[in-house]
Amino acid sequence: MASKLTQSNKAGWLMAFPGIALIAAFIIVPFFLAFAFSLTNQRLASPNPTEYVGFDNYRDLLGLAIFTLEPERGENGQVLRDDEGAIEYPRLRTFTRNNPDYPQLDGKREWFSWQSGENRTVVLASDVVFMRAVVNTFFFVIFVAPVQAGIALGLALLINQKLRGINVFRTIYFMPVVVSIVVVSLLWKFIYSPGDGLLNNILGWLSFGLFEPRDWLGSTSTALPSIIAMSIWQGVGFHMVIWLAGLQTISPTLYEAAEIEGSNKWQTFRYVTWPGLRNTAVLILIVITMQAFALYAQINVMTRGGPLDSTQVFVFQAVVRGYERQDISGGSAISVILFLIVLAISLIQRYLTREKN
Amino acid sequence: MAAVSHDNRGLRLAARYAALILVAIIFIFPLLFMAMSSLKPDQQLLNDTNSLRAFLPVGDISFQNYWDAFDRAPIGVFVLNSVLITGATVLLTLFVCSLAAFSFVFLDWKGKEVIFSILLATLIIPYETIFIPLLLMASQLPWIGTEGLEIGWLNTYRVQIIPFIADGLSIFLFVQYFRDLPRELIEASRVEGASWWMIYRKVVMPLSGPVIATAAILKFLFMYNQYLWPLMVVQEEAIRPVMVGLGYFTDQLNVPWGEVMAYLTVITVPVLAFYLSLQRVFIASVASTGVKG
Amino acid sequence: MTRNMTLAAICVAGLAAPAAAQTELSLWYHGAGSANAEEALVNQLVEEFNASQSDWQVVIETFPQLAYNDAVGAAALAGELPDILDVDGPVMPNWAWAGYMQPLGIDEATLEDYLPGTIGRWNGEVYSVGLWDAAVAMTTRRSTLEAYGIRVPTLDAPWTGDEFTEALMTIRDSGDFEYPLDLGMAWRGEWYPYAFSPLLQSFGGDIIDRSTYQSAEGVLNGDAAIAFGEWWQMLFQENLAPGTSQDAADRDAGLLNGTYAISWNGNWAALPVVEAFGDDALFLPAPDFGNGSVIGGASWQFGVSATSENPDGARAFIEFALQDRWFSAFSDGTGLIPPTASAAADTANYAAGGALEVFYGLSEAQALVRPVTPGYIVQALIFENALADIANGADVLDALDAAVDEIGADIEANDGYGH
Repeated sequence: MASKLTQSNKAGWLMAFPGIALIAAFIIVPFFLAFAFSLTNQRLASPNPTEYVGFDNYRDLLGLAIFTLEPERGENGQVLRDDEGAIEYPRLRTFTRNNPDYPQLDGKREWFSWQSGENRTVVLASDVVFMRAVVNTFFFVIFVAPVQAGIALGLALLINQKLRGINVFRTIYFMPVVVSIVVVSLLWKFIYSPGDGLLNNILGWLSFGLFEPRDWLGSTSTALPSIIAMSIWQGVGFHMVIWLAGLQTISPTLYEAAEIEGSNKWQTFRYVTWPGLRNTAVLILIVITMQAFALYAQINVMTRGGPLDSTQVFVFQAVVRGYERQDISGGSAISVILFLIVLAISLIQRYLTREKN
Repeated sequence: MAAVSHDNRGLRLAARYAALILVAIIFIFPLLFMAMSSLKPDQQLLNDTNSLRAFLPVGDISFQNYWDAFDRAPIGVFVLNSVLITGATVLLTLFVCSLAAFSFVFLDWKGKEVIFSILLATLIIPYETIFIPLLLMASQLPWIGTEGLEIGWLNTYRVQIIPFIADGLSIFLFVQYFRDLPRELIEASRVEGASWWMIYRKVVMPLSGPVIATAAILKFLFMYNQYLWPLMVVQEEAIRPVMVGLGYFTDQLNVPWGEVMAYLTVITVPVLAFYLSLQRVFIASVASTGVKG
Repeated sequence: MTRNMTLAAICVAGLAAPAAAQTELSLWYHGAGSANAEEALVNQLVEEFNASQSDWQVVIETFPQLAYNDAVGAAALAGELPDILDVDGPVMPNWAWAGYMQPLGIDEATLEDYLPGTIGRWNGEVYSVGLWDAAVAMTTRRSTLEAYGIRVPTLDAPWTGDEFTEALMTIRDSGDFEYPLDLGMAWRGEWYPYAFSPLLQSFGGDIIDRSTYQSAEGVLNGDAAIAFGEWWQMLFQENLAPGTSQDAADRDAGLLNGTYAISWNGNWAALPVVEAFGDDALFLPAPDFGNGSVIGGASWQFGVSATSENPDGARAFIEFALQDRWFSAFSDGTGLIPPTASAAADTANYAAGGALEVFYGLSEAQALVRPVTPGYIVQALIFENALADIANGADVLDALDAAVDEIGADIEANDGYGH
């Protein structure tokens, strides 16, 4: 929008108005309503009056505290140890529940802790599940965005060849995208099934029986990676097509020029292809990041946040709270926080990928 | 390149196809599993997941699951509703959002920059998180119908369409694309005295095949996969979309897996058809339009 | 057969439709696509009611089960509730408290002989009545138990907790089954509190302190609950039962195809077992872990919405449904338990000597309704999470404490839920 093409207030407004009005009415207004809810104790269904509570909902989500537990000591001041020799500590809950000496810990729970000498330092959170959702979501975004964009680019290059029947492959690679994510999740639940599930069997054949069957969605170490792998499988075809569209806008004359100058494949990619894909790259990163943050259906169908909160994510938490637990105000607060985080990330992304003149 | 022998070239071609086929297998095997399973009775379907038979039409093969599925739920109604709702939304989205993007890119008007930034920010609000306020609003919105003024949009097609026509992402897609169009083309038309509307219609849109396809596919997928919203705003079976219909199969105590697979296959066909039609018309034609020359 | 009857009913309804305007009553029902006799019977019930009188015309709208409660919540929010609501028993207090429902206004004397789980009470008033109840049982085969020398328990002498655990170990050690016990962990949602909180209650704990309904402290994290939690975790650590990643398909077919030896399952799944195993099929009471053998009570029931403009009509419909002949018809069609003994005597499965007779006894003797409080719907989710976490290896006391804290916070946020 740099160039001053034409000043035309009337036509400009007229053409943009339907879009602006619809977004204002059906996205912006509800979002501000959600923000308003987040400052109250609004419930989905309740005869109790709605009251303004300020930022309580945010404090209940984001509250953190650090606390150092000292070991239990015997009469002589020696550190008590249990049968296995581990140091014994007082139960954290004696500090966090109804203990007037530690008002800052009230209602909080242990998020994680580490050992420092005889003491144990504990980081407590008002809402441990939410904190885990934050961490998982970021893990998902940080991992999925670049990997998926990279795989998609690789596929786009693979599919951008002039070969007989290439359109068939193009269509096949795109097929998972058009299948509903709910459908895909149901199918992959079969595939990830523990014991003699499909994936375990396939890996078993490929390794001639050496592979030990796993409980893909049932163990904390593989649940989130399994969902990530499935999400990449499902979404990568779409990003491949965006890359492909970008690739095809690069003029063939540039490639011819590169060939005349005798550049090798990598040089061609580095100096011809990649610069021509800048806009596409920005678009893809933004689209993937947004999709990753909106992660919901896979979690809802496959793990419901488990095992042990290892697959809790933002939007799933917002939905569980707002709808299932009928806590509209808490769910809305999560939405607002999500909005602020994604806003910050897209500003950073825009800064990092800005055109350097 | 001239030095490469004929054999070598053939080998290379074979390697390329091998790579393409290997990747294709990875992408297709769950869908193959779905389609094949839809032809098998439940017990065999479950037993077959232990072997390669899961991907083969072997054993007791029939279309019985499809007949049973159509017996269990009004599938035709659901698919028709989804196609109608999705189709209407996609068309309106393409028009409204491309028009807005056109205005943002080619025209200058007061407040443009600010409004564009705000619209961009809305692109990161997941719909799931605003459905409750949206529901409260939708229940109070007026509408002028055949019987005069009505209050409330619930239980209608429009409540499933209108809120989703305009969105930040679609506008953003068009804006990105329009920015790369050669400006001389627009300026020349302007000098020749064409109105903005004519330029939009006759110059810009005909050049926008790829972005139209991209925006259309994205919106189509989003709309076709809607679940939470129709669940909240639609109570009548007659206007239910496909994803809510899935519950007719999966919410049972003894899930009829064969019928589930049949239903999944049936509801996947329209999307696949939509994509195939677009791929042929638009994506393949990107190269030939020679937009960037 | 059902279809023909339905057709006949439509014809009758068509002929009987009088010129005088009938007031339309809307009815929402949760069983869309169930394709079993239940949906057909509900339709038949509606048609016969419409034909039986000339004031009211009930129009039915069905929903997929898992979507039903959300749909009702959304409709309430938008002021669009129907006249007659189908409601899951334990959810009813929430809907009554939130103002979705009004008291039924039916003479309680007529409900005297009903199974306790079929009547929904809140604040001393009846809000809903069910045409059936459901019950769960340890489902297995006599031959399986005999093969491993395990005693066949009875209603009066159920397995003790230790006896049960030992039996599971014996079966596991034989290596004949993938798992000895199938708890139905694949069925996330209401199944967890419905099927598993009775086990906790048998240990002496509960989801919430029922004397006040204001806290779960000491009940969900007391000694009894900890003992339950440790036993629960042991089931999964010792490979006695498949965990939360259980395949839903295995849940459906595992007992029949020999993957599991014993299945903790409802009577709605009992008929296929009888068909497959005949006299060999056994439906056994829950083990007694010290505080008696307990199962959950209450299933889906009918009530009147608070916003109905025609509560008289809604009541007339429900009263029409509360007849032994309907109870028997539903029971015969679906395998569910009829609410009265007189109806039971008239059914194929619950009459003396019937294949499922044992369930009526179970329901009558052991059924304990889930906590009768508007907060139950949230407490159920918290309980479900805690059980899943413990099954997945979380520290038992930490998980229970966390659940107690969450329940307490929710009750506080709702000003005590009107108790």
